[in-house]
Amino acid sequence: MKKFTIERAPAPVWMRTLLPIIAIPVTFLITSIIILLDGANPFTAYYNFLIAPLASKSSAIEVLVKSTPLLLTGAAVAFAFKGGYWNIGAEGQLYAGAISAAFVGTILVDVPPIIGIPAMIIGGFVGGLIWALPSAILKVKLGVDEVVTTLLMNSIVLNVTSFLLNGPWRNPVSMWPQSPEIQPGTMFPQLLPRTRLHFGIILAVLVILITWFVINRTSFGLKMRAIGLSKEGARFAGIKVNKTMLTVALISGGIAGLAGAGEVAGIHFHLIDAISDGLGYSGIIIATLGGLNPFGVGLAALFIGLIDTGAQTVSRVMGVPVYLGDVVQSTLLLVTLSLFVLQNYRIRRVK
Amino acid sequence: MDSVLFIVGLIAAMLRVATPLIYGTLGELFSERAGVLNLGIEGTMFLGAFTGFAVAATTGSLWLGLLGAILAGILAGLLMSLLSVRLGVNQHVAGLGITLLATGISLFAFRVIFGESKVPPSIESFPMLQILPDTNPLAPITNQYLLTFIGIALIPLVWWIISKTRFGLQIRAVGENPEAADAAGLNVYAIRTRALAIGGALMAVGGAFLTLAQLGSFTFGIVAGRGWVCIALIIFANWHAVNVLWGALIFGGVQALQLRLQTQGIKLPYELFLSLPYVVTIIALTIAGRNASAPSALLKAYRRE
Repeated sequence: MKKFTIERAPAPVWMRTLLPIIAIPVTFLITSIIILLDGANPFTAYYNFLIAPLASKSSAIEVLVKSTPLLLTGAAVAFAFKGGYWNIGAEGQLYAGAISAAFVGTILVDVPPIIGIPAMIIGGFVGGLIWALPSAILKVKLGVDEVVTTLLMNSIVLNVTSFLLNGPWRNPVSMWPQSPEIQPGTMFPQLLPRTRLHFGIILAVLVILITWFVINRTSFGLKMRAIGLSKEGARFAGIKVNKTMLTVALISGGIAGLAGAGEVAGIHFHLIDAISDGLGYSGIIIATLGGLNPFGVGLAALFIGLIDTGAQTVSRVMGVPVYLGDVVQSTLLLVTLSLFVLQNYRIRRVK
Repeated sequence: MDSVLFIVGLIAAMLRVATPLIYGTLGELFSERAGVLNLGIEGTMFLGAFTGFAVAATTGSLWLGLLGAILAGILAGLLMSLLSVRLGVNQHVAGLGITLLATGISLFAFRVIFGESKVPPSIESFPMLQILPDTNPLAPITNQYLLTFIGIALIPLVWWIISKTRFGLQIRAVGENPEAADAAGLNVYAIRTRALAIGGALMAVGGAFLTLAQLGSFTFGIVAGRGWVCIALIIFANWHAVNVLWGALIFGGVQALQLRLQTQGIKLPYELFLSLPYVVTIIALTIAGRNASAPSALLKAYRRE
């Protein structure tokens, strides 16, 4: 008779890849309870959630539109977490990138796109980077916990946005709280006519590829991964922990800022109060689901984009509140986190 | 006379603004002193605000609403315990996940119960206590909601529980050095779980105060970052219950002042004033250096070998 024991050791790689995939049906099982409570059929709901959005071309494209900022916030968070820096501030860095891009887009009057678009990209990146800077410096210079400071920076930038939109940037004619429209030369081009799909998704895919390359194929990536595993160990190995971590934190902030620039330059063409509504926090979900691997993040961002789109379909077709999407996303995060605990165990056959 | 009225009104408003913060921060204090940073606070307060309102609106009893909020808060605390204590997953991500889940469930259930009406549903909220007759100039200060008085009374009570009782000693022990606590025969998991459940209940009452007392209705922006303010206040308070009062009052005072100046037509970039507590906290954190009084085992999952 064969016997099995469970021991504390890293699980095999195939197991770790499988866990987020197992998490999906488990999540749907749990969330079907609240669908039943609403008196709807969970199977129909999940058909509308996951299949229906992909069945029509326009809604499939909308999935990509929704995924665009998520790819970037997911990559931003994964990059930071991989390097041992707990950046909870992607939401705020996204806003800072959006503010900065809205500013750049307004002042560059009559520029051709060849100048305007790179300027928006740089503007968004620098905005996010600047917003990530105080927490990063405090972390590496004084050892101040970055979780709390990045979280608080999110709240501050919301107030700054509200100040700008109700003060200097308020439309003097309509009194509408939105910034002036950005110049045509700074708008991201549409990729397909009559859709909202814009150049931002190409930018996002490039960022995913670059972050994968940096993490896995450069000496900088090796250093940041070492720090992510153990700061003490990395220091012992002669890695300049503070300098590397500062760079990681700032790049992460910059990437999140790009997400904000993309929403301004590709979707809204103004800065508005609700430019994000949680995209930065979804980035944390996506980074976790993707196992902090940029390609995993890519898949997770598309999946969360699908859930966001599907939630609207479910709401429109079945009258189930659109917030089902939020419940599914957060349940998926918690289930995945719980299943990841199994990563630390492996089952061994005892002879 | 006008200035007296102004100051009386200001103090009265300050107490009202401070109330939910006092509950939330005391709740977070229990969690953090036991070694768990509970970023689920923002969502737990939202869940408390919603559950309190929904139960009160459907049963017609404000007290049942409050009880419902407390139970919902305990559940949120237990879920945090399952994830961060039993399973030992990353506290930041688990807490944020709970905030997202609690917010999502509340919004979903609100739509299911109340539909999508243009006019937000409302309830008759708790009355203010009539301690002084309305003619007395100090009446606005003394005539507050019962929950405000309970909140203020909780501060010395929580201080006493944490620093003077056996249970408080256990909480501090598992928050400072879980290995030693375990060696001394304490059940680290159980104590942290209890602290999180109590913490969740307090956070939820903070949220329920908004719907059951202050506003009498539920709106989607009702908590509006108050949970994050509590995370800030606890650092500002240096993890000490009595300092929570000063922190909450200062924040409440700034908020009340800007509201008042605004209604007087004085143009101020009040949004920037609203950022002050966050900025002050970041500065306080910096001055405190390496988290002088933070519980030593904060953020560290405990694994029994």
